[in-house]
Amino acid sequence: MAAPLAALRVHLLRHLQVFFYSLGQLSRTPLATLMTAAVIGIALALPAGLHVLLDNAQRLSGGWDGATQISLFLKKNVSDARARRLAETIRRRPEVAAVDYIPRDQALAEFERLSGFGDALKALDENPLPSVLVVRPRPEAATPEAAEKLLGRLRQYGPVELAQLDMQWVKRLYVIMDLVRRGVLVLGLLLGLAVLLVVGNTIRLAIQNRRDEIVVMKLIGGTDAFIRRPFLYTGFWYGLFGGLIAAALVGLALWVLAGPVERLAGLYQSPFRLAGLGGGELLILLLLAIGLGLAGSWLAVGRHLREIEPA
Amino acid sequence: MIRFANAVKRYPGGHEALSNVSFHQRPGEMAFLTGHSGAGKSTLLRLIALLERPTRGQVIVQGQNTSRVERRQIPHFRRRLGIVFQDHQLLFDRTVFDNVALPLVIAGVPHREIGKRVRAALDKVGLLGKEKAFPITLSGGEQQRVGIARAVVHKPALLLADEPTGNLDPELSREIMGIFEDFARVGVTVLVATHDIALVESLPYRRLTLREGRLVGDTAPAPEAA
Repeated sequence: MAAPLAALRVHLLRHLQVFFYSLGQLSRTPLATLMTAAVIGIALALPAGLHVLLDNAQRLSGGWDGATQISLFLKKNVSDARARRLAETIRRRPEVAAVDYIPRDQALAEFERLSGFGDALKALDENPLPSVLVVRPRPEAATPEAAEKLLGRLRQYGPVELAQLDMQWVKRLYVIMDLVRRGVLVLGLLLGLAVLLVVGNTIRLAIQNRRDEIVVMKLIGGTDAFIRRPFLYTGFWYGLFGGLIAAALVGLALWVLAGPVERLAGLYQSPFRLAGLGGGELLILLLLAIGLGLAGSWLAVGRHLREIEPA
Repeated sequence: MIRFANAVKRYPGGHEALSNVSFHQRPGEMAFLTGHSGAGKSTLLRLIALLERPTRGQVIVQGQNTSRVERRQIPHFRRRLGIVFQDHQLLFDRTVFDNVALPLVIAGVPHREIGKRVRAALDKVGLLGKEKAFPITLSGGEQQRVGIARAVVHKPALLLADEPTGNLDPELSREIMGIFEDFARVGVTVLVATHDIALVESLPYRRLTLREGRLVGDTAPAPEAA
């Protein structure tokens, strides 16, 4: 019982040694290591950064989802009391979050104030504007299809002259965002492939540089697994450093953008702020980077280690 | 310990490096393998170390038929040998200690054990004070002794040496041979390939002579010099 356990301990210890030995090897050439890691970092920062921006855009448009509105223009002969009763009825519908009632007088006053056509309106005999009920659906009823359905129901109330839902642009935005998301995915795949090749090539060079060492190892009985191990861990470190650099670059870019975005949002009276990489996303980024580093070195090692035999 | 039975090694292109070589070296025996360069000494050693396989015939090392050792098993096979190379094959970016420790590290010997055994091996070749030095700072003879320490640190029963004194002056060569004799005295089987006939003739050991790939001489140990 104790023997296999001790063997496992020795095995783990050896892995740990090689793990840090490969780190030590990299730290001997800090500039070269940093440059390789930076290439990986930049390649990964691009899709990661676009992903973050896309997430922010979605959050922003999510805010617009909440602002999806249906305007019910009431018939002119509908009395104030009737309109208020209708507003109350609609407010009680499960899919409705809020209903604002804008009486025609108030609508006129607002229009005068905001449009600058005050004098022109005074020339008219009567108020040309109808009363309006502004209906805001609950978030779950704010998707394009659900809002469309709600619109159909609201249209059927007697006092409603015209019901309008302007969602066309929201739909378009969704389609565009889908397109962009797909684009980011393709870009990410291509850049991931680039990272794989960068790591693969770097490890290939490392193998060539240490050809003599590999020959000696093979001469005195080093197994393929033993010889492979430091190169695989080197790939691991490249991936980890590349991932950290990518995360730092994304953070830096967001920090640079945060000020202007805040000012822009301020102009629109929006509390919107740029969100960075979340903890989970950071973890995924690092794991992906490490995975690519390991895969790249695995490819290089598999191809080139066998070619080196003691001559 | 080593048995060749009609071993033939023919390289692509038809050159026959070894032709029908047969001999048997008993455990604990020390022997020299002599002949001009190109006579097949290196090829013979390469067959023993499984750097090559015989084209025909059999090479049996420590009871194992080398033809039956799978590629994956070769590292484990080599761990049971000690090999000394003419050009040392040391790693110049590592200290003497790390070079000698390599076979133990490869075999997964625990850390505490490694220090003890490396120092014991360095002691045997008279380099105990040099463990922290880098090989480049050592003389040719010292480098060769580091190579020997590395070859014996894992206590192999069979020690092979390919021209271990190739680049050394006679005095240093004599010293190196003395180290091999020490190992033979404690029961290690030693096979040394060398073209230094004068040195071989001064020592009382079995002598296998190769000429153009054929074993042309197998002389018994000379009588102990009085």
